[in-house]
Amino acid sequence: MKENDVILRTVTRVVVFIILTFGVELFLSGHHNPGGGFVGGLVLSSALVLLYVVFDIETVHQGVPFDFRKIAAFGAMVSLLSGTAAAVLGKPFLSQGFGYFDLPIFGLTELATVTIFEAGVALTVIGTVVTIILSISKDV
Amino acid sequence: MYAVFIIFLPFIMAALLPATHRLIGDRLIGWYVMAVPLVLFAALIRLIPQIAGGEIVSASYAWIPDAGIDLAVRVDGLGMIFALLITGVGTLVALYSIYYLSPRESLGHFYVYLLLFMGAMLGVVFSDNLMLLYTFWELTSISSFLLIAFWYHRKGSRYGAQKAMLITVMGGFSLLAGFLMLYFMSGTFSISEIIGMRDVLAGEPMIVPAMFLILLGAFTKSVQFPFHIWLPDAMEAPTPVSAYLHSATMVKAGIYLVALFTPLFGGMEYWFWSLSIAGIVTLLWGAFNAMKQNDLKALLAYSTISQLGLIMSLLGFGSAALSASAAGDPAVYAAAGFAALFYMLNHSTFKGLLFMVIGIVDHEIGTRDIRRLGGLMSFMPVTFTFAVIGSFSMAGLPPFNGFLSKEMFFGAAVDIASGQPFAGGAEVLFPVVGWLASVFTFIYCTIIVYRTFLGPVQPEKIDRVPHEAPKGMLVAPGILAVLVILIFFFPNVIGKYVIGPAMQVMFPALSREADLVPEITAWHGVNLPLVMTFGVIALGLLLFITFRHWRRIYRVAPFRWTMDSIYRGLLQTGEAASNIVTDLYMTGRSRDYFVFIYLFFLITAGGMLFLTGAFEPDFSRGPVGIFEISFVIIMAFAAIAMLFVRSRITATLLNGVLGYSVAIFFVFFRAPDLALTQTVIETVTTVLFLLCFHFLPEWKPEDSPLRTKVVNGLIAIGAGVLVTAFGLTVQGYDVYGSISVYFEESYKLAGGSNIVNAILGDFRAFDTMLEVVVLFIAGIGVYTLIALKPKKGEDDVEGK
Repeated sequence: MKENDVILRTVTRVVVFIILTFGVELFLSGHHNPGGGFVGGLVLSSALVLLYVVFDIETVHQGVPFDFRKIAAFGAMVSLLSGTAAAVLGKPFLSQGFGYFDLPIFGLTELATVTIFEAGVALTVIGTVVTIILSISKDV
Repeated sequence: MYAVFIIFLPFIMAALLPATHRLIGDRLIGWYVMAVPLVLFAALIRLIPQIAGGEIVSASYAWIPDAGIDLAVRVDGLGMIFALLITGVGTLVALYSIYYLSPRESLGHFYVYLLLFMGAMLGVVFSDNLMLLYTFWELTSISSFLLIAFWYHRKGSRYGAQKAMLITVMGGFSLLAGFLMLYFMSGTFSISEIIGMRDVLAGEPMIVPAMFLILLGAFTKSVQFPFHIWLPDAMEAPTPVSAYLHSATMVKAGIYLVALFTPLFGGMEYWFWSLSIAGIVTLLWGAFNAMKQNDLKALLAYSTISQLGLIMSLLGFGSAALSASAAGDPAVYAAAGFAALFYMLNHSTFKGLLFMVIGIVDHEIGTRDIRRLGGLMSFMPVTFTFAVIGSFSMAGLPPFNGFLSKEMFFGAAVDIASGQPFAGGAEVLFPVVGWLASVFTFIYCTIIVYRTFLGPVQPEKIDRVPHEAPKGMLVAPGILAVLVILIFFFPNVIGKYVIGPAMQVMFPALSREADLVPEITAWHGVNLPLVMTFGVIALGLLLFITFRHWRRIYRVAPFRWTMDSIYRGLLQTGEAASNIVTDLYMTGRSRDYFVFIYLFFLITAGGMLFLTGAFEPDFSRGPVGIFEISFVIIMAFAAIAMLFVRSRITATLLNGVLGYSVAIFFVFFRAPDLALTQTVIETVTTVLFLLCFHFLPEWKPEDSPLRTKVVNGLIAIGAGVLVTAFGLTVQGYDVYGSISVYFEESYKLAGGSNIVNAILGDFRAFDTMLEVVVLFIAGIGVYTLIALKPKKGEDDVEGK
């Protein structure tokens, strides 16, 4: 789009960071509150999609120089391997563990292996959504 | 552990190959691959004293214990022979391929496939579990497919690969069925246990069908008539592959299978006759067809077919030794089994040698058509010497190893004819047919040497100046040529240490070593086999000289009914039939597809709902407030309005109204996770829709006949009503107790207080993982469809 969209561009510059922060917050809070890997990944990718819509593909690619196909593959791999780790330790495939640790700054914190799994989910979602949207929009 | 390591080393190295390839480059990657079989060969040689002493190296790990499928590996004398071939010839072929393949080829793919095959083949010969063996068996078919299609831009390669795959995999399924029958009869997948139950299984009525199914698998793989037709087409593969897979190892997997099950089925009359007759027919037919070939590789393919038939018939003869009721001395029959293994070893040396020689000719001259070749002896003296050694060995002349095994074959055939183990009468034909086939063998061996290396040079028919091959290329065939001669002079070393232990495995009933390991002698006085050899030479020379006069007989046979044209006919009919079926429903109109999908849903799900009487609407739960009612009205309005709008963008927005309203319903029902996800999904989908606008055709009102409109409307309404009915029914459904109590423990069990995510990421993580994979596949699918579609004016790659 070649119209005069100064307002949209300016707003986007600010809003993208809010959306990205929101996405990360959703991803991390999923363990106890609404959120999680899938929706977190979706929000993150919607921020990227917003960037692609407002600016053009080349400009965004300079700032975010990732191959999203590889990100999708990497995410699927992380989910798969996080489950294999349990199998190697003799637990059923995809068993998750959690524990409470006293970390220096955060205090008593719960760490769970499900976060790794969810990270894989989030990366797959981001990679797939952006790949689909980019390949359709490039094919003009 | 050691044995498991042997099987898995090639797989591990194949997995590491891409990274190594990047690290060390094209020039060294071949050497990296060659190290694998070399190390394994050394490891196996170290095991020989143990195995020859009757020891069996085995290891077993639970794989799918519930189904009785274990990672059971067993190295015994029989597997050892084949493993020595796989690793030994593998080393030489890898060495040869370094010089044969140009660095411009995709070497990475080639070597990964080769290692994959090597591992699979070692797996076949060392498995002690039927299912494990079957897995590796199919893996050899797949890697063979990939290797035949290595030059996939050639139509012939693709055709040959597909043919090999269809025939061997068909045999593989038959094998699987046979294995399952064995499992149901014996209750175990362990091969050594099944063989130990020989006497129990012999009484089972289904043992004969199981035997035939297993034989079908072995025959398709080992190219027995009439399944031999895939091998000549498989010659489209690069020559190192032909030398390795399609002469030395993979086609011998069927031989291995037959030898492996000899202690179980051996002695049964069906087994004896199937093997002997299939083998002897293949022997004759292969040799007969080899003579008429003009392509040297096709000639070698038919000669391989013929010699595999010879080995198969020898295994059949030998199996008579295990029959309790057969007439004659079992030790005499067992000698045929010994001859089979000995011939197989020799075949790998001289046939591997000949393939490499033909590869050199093809590589240096640019053709392997004997009508264009001739007189190469003076240009390629070393290659010529190798060709003479290989061909004379194959023809059965001294002082080469082929002479010994050919004599043993004649001897075994004569013994069977005179012994008449099953008193069939037809055994008399075996030595006659075998002898005739040997005459043909002699003729085509002469053709290889004479038409390629002797006679006049035809420089006008070849594009390059003939010259000797580079030294490195001559090393591998040189080693094989030396072996061909060495084995002739010291056959008993191999007989005692390599074949002897395998004979103990094949004929457990015969315990005396002298019965199992006959002394091999080159000169055993003037006896019938020697006279037969003289006859072969005399008649062979005569027929070779007069070849042009009797060549006509190839045109006499009714070629409409060759196996090849039957195969092609079946394939074409099958394709035509499935095209007709597919065209019935693939109309190219998405409306039709929606009709199929919803009709199926209505008939199956709806039929089930009303037939089983499960439809019990329950309106009692929960009050319906003003918010819910107003959003239902909004949604209904949007849905109905969509039918009448005139522009696509309005339709997209109305669709968005529906999506966001659903999200609001999730809020009403206190499902924040779902509401959140639905909102974001709806946003991203709308962007996608807008992107797709570019590709969509003009929006125009539908002008289909009224009847179609009414039918479509009815289906649409029916689907909506059915979903509503489901919703109402589910509310009142409480046949089974609720499982939500378990999930409510999520904080204790999974450490998370968000029950939805505890279910997604922990309790039902397997579902989520597969969904992630499906999502990824969908993304790759969209990308491939769009990014890799042929550009305008570009050729369609498929098929043409």
